[in-house]
Amino acid sequence: MNETLPKAQFLQKSKLKLIDCDIHPRLRSIADLKPYLSTRWWDTIQTYGLRKRHGFVKGHPYPKSQPGDGARRDSWPENGDPSGSSLPLMQQQHLDYYGVDIGVMNPLWPGSGDQNADLSAALASAHNDWQLDLWHAKEPRLRPSIVVPYENIEASVAEIHKRAPNKSFCQVFLLSRTNEALGRKKYWPIYEAAVQYNLPIGIHVFGFSGVPISSSGWPSFYIEEMAEHGTACSALVTSMIMEGLFERFPTLKIVMIEAGFGWIPSLGWRLDKSWKNMRGEVPHLKRAPSEYLKDHIYVTTQPIEEPEKPEHLIDLIDWIGWDKVMFASDYAHWDFDDPIFSVPPNWSEERRRKIYSENAMSVFRF
Amino acid sequence: MTTNTIQAVDCQAIDCDVHPTVPSMHTLLPYLDDFWREMVIERDILSLDSISYPPNVPISARPDFKTRSGRAGLDAPEVATHVFDKWQSSIAILNCLYGIQLVFNEDMALAFARALNDWIVKEWLDRDPRLRASIVVPLQNVEHAVDEIERCAKDKRFVQILVLCMGETPLGRRQFWPVYAAAERHGLPLGIHAGSAYRYPVTSLGWPSYYVEDYAAQSLGFQSQLASLVCEGVYVKFPNLKTVLLESGVTWLPGFVWRLSKFWRGVRAEIPWIDRSPNEIVRDHFRLTIQPLDAPDDPNIVARVIEHFQSDDMLLYASDYPHWQFDGEAPMPSGIPARLHRKILVDNPLATYGRLGL
Amino acid sequence: MTKHIVAPLKEFPPDTRKLVEINGRQIAVFNVKGEFHALGNKCPHESGLLIHGQLVGLVESRMPGEYTYSRKGEMIKCPWHGWEFDLRTGRAQCDPARIRVRRYETAVVHGGDIDPDTPPKAAEVFAVRVEDDYVVVEV
Repeated sequence: MNETLPKAQFLQKSKLKLIDCDIHPRLRSIADLKPYLSTRWWDTIQTYGLRKRHGFVKGHPYPKSQPGDGARRDSWPENGDPSGSSLPLMQQQHLDYYGVDIGVMNPLWPGSGDQNADLSAALASAHNDWQLDLWHAKEPRLRPSIVVPYENIEASVAEIHKRAPNKSFCQVFLLSRTNEALGRKKYWPIYEAAVQYNLPIGIHVFGFSGVPISSSGWPSFYIEEMAEHGTACSALVTSMIMEGLFERFPTLKIVMIEAGFGWIPSLGWRLDKSWKNMRGEVPHLKRAPSEYLKDHIYVTTQPIEEPEKPEHLIDLIDWIGWDKVMFASDYAHWDFDDPIFSVPPNWSEERRRKIYSENAMSVFRF
Repeated sequence: MTTNTIQAVDCQAIDCDVHPTVPSMHTLLPYLDDFWREMVIERDILSLDSISYPPNVPISARPDFKTRSGRAGLDAPEVATHVFDKWQSSIAILNCLYGIQLVFNEDMALAFARALNDWIVKEWLDRDPRLRASIVVPLQNVEHAVDEIERCAKDKRFVQILVLCMGETPLGRRQFWPVYAAAERHGLPLGIHAGSAYRYPVTSLGWPSYYVEDYAAQSLGFQSQLASLVCEGVYVKFPNLKTVLLESGVTWLPGFVWRLSKFWRGVRAEIPWIDRSPNEIVRDHFRLTIQPLDAPDDPNIVARVIEHFQSDDMLLYASDYPHWQFDGEAPMPSGIPARLHRKILVDNPLATYGRLGL
Repeated sequence: MTKHIVAPLKEFPPDTRKLVEINGRQIAVFNVKGEFHALGNKCPHESGLLIHGQLVGLVESRMPGEYTYSRKGEMIKCPWHGWEFDLRTGRAQCDPARIRVRRYETAVVHGGDIDPDTPPKAAEVFAVRVEDDYVVVEV
């Protein structure tokens, strides 16, 4: 039974390269990081655990729909290690199977935004070593991201300066739910450092901001938590635009990862509308908000929008720009998008080439 | 653009979102009882104006709508000049935005809500038969809210209940269901207007630096409420309840509901009472006023976005007077296909607000 | 319709599953408490392979807050996006009218009732013994 017929042939037929902008390598356990952590931090983690602005010692405030932090059911290694933690399985099941040419590693790392800013810095740095040693060194197609402890600005900048000279790192990596909206000036030193190395900023959804995920408090359900990613990312992008971030850093590229993109055109239109009458409040903006949006914000496909009528998806991308949308699978999570079937095969080769590889080539530092 | 689109379709428009301005706290004093009147004076409660619409911010009142007082929409004749005379609506629904919802003391909130609703009756509804209004509801206490609905609903000129899009708890939660039961019982849609009770930051990432961000975030508050109302099963329990999103922006809706519907297919066991796609539920139960539309000038794009709704029944005409949502004299945004004008101006409002037909 | 042998009954115990390929088509066969169900293996959404999915119960509700749980293990949940398919109908719980996977009839037959000359076998070849029972799918 050849259950694993390489689907890569679908892509190779048309000679399309495939860049996957969202792959999640996972720790087998926190012990994977022990070699990279001081005794002090290892002991702290063992004794006090992580303090991440939500109430549970283990698990998620909104329990996910499948085990393993929402893992694909078919992505568990046979030895019982966590989904996403086995390079051989990732190669067999994903990289080789689909013929992935380059995969961007986005570690959803424990300790991002931890209340202990110094612990967070230590964990971020450990993740960067871990990506290099356990993944990139063994599988050069997998490119590491510079994980930074984004609530600890000084340490984040230092980490960028430490890692960026290594050309293997392809982006600076943040999560979306931060203490303050990411456009606020507090975070600008991170962007300044990234721009210095011509690195894009990848922002993956999740994290814990410390305030409710809706402006009316906490919703009841996981489905609502997921839907709220769009609202958080809308606020995030609004903040970046209105604070004048892109006036200050005109070469900065922002990649919104796993955020969906159905909200993007409407947000641009709304911001333009409000700005038209209230530009006096934000005189540092020299152009309409939607122009900054169009020039600086990139999006990844997964989880791809699924309108009832497929042609409406084309409208959306027409409005965002075909040079702004990049393929992502989200391997090995449950809402994984199949490279072949999630990007409609009946789209023109030119469009698919942009989404599968060309756009990413021009954004990430490969 | 000065074409009067309403005349063009030769029908009597229904303006579903018009804002009467409370001139000052003194206006409400005659409508409070002795205790609350003394509290207002002794505790120096100067105003309940909300920072959602600071009086001088451009969105709060279009410059040419302002009177010598510097404000707009202060009395019934002034509103009539615009809404009925210039734009030739036949009926207008008043949604009074005064920060009742921000008050923490639930008894004080009830006192102010009663005063406000009584003021609306006496100073507005009684003065112009073309006016209708929403019942401002103090959600701080559900029993109070239900009592106020029961008290006001006897007056058929109240055509919906009014809450804000950002509150203390997501609106779908079961604690609010007696309110929806009362609304459904009296044929009153649930009107949700932009604005916040300011129990939390206006975004899930904290307080933005600029007012323009606050205003943009209002449409995010609506998204959260739509998800909550759908997922909690409000429309399973209250199948006749309609919800009107007022000044919510319009174009965000299809994309947001696609996402909700996509996720629902995979995680529906979490909310098994939802046994059909949120796309369908939203089409059946949600209505939106057309100002602001939040669309570009290109009429082709506007037409495409409207098509994404997959429904001709969801949009309701509104000027959002005196908020500055449009220039010139055409509240109907350009680009909305002419074939929909009559539905938006008349048919959809009549189908939504059962009490308008009485 | 032809009966294709999936496996000898004794090699296909309850709460196990087998993947077979018949005429180039992958079919996932499940033994749920002694009852056999066969569905096309590919989810119509993005082609997740159902053989790797979790068998779950049917969750229904008349009203918010009411949970009716029945038919334990009779729904296969796609390993990727979690769409649930009814093993008895192949229909997706999220949209039974429009979304489904192909469902195949199954049966348990005696070896003696199988034509020794043309026993279409799925998967690996094995000898059919008259005294044994076999699980078959009809394709």
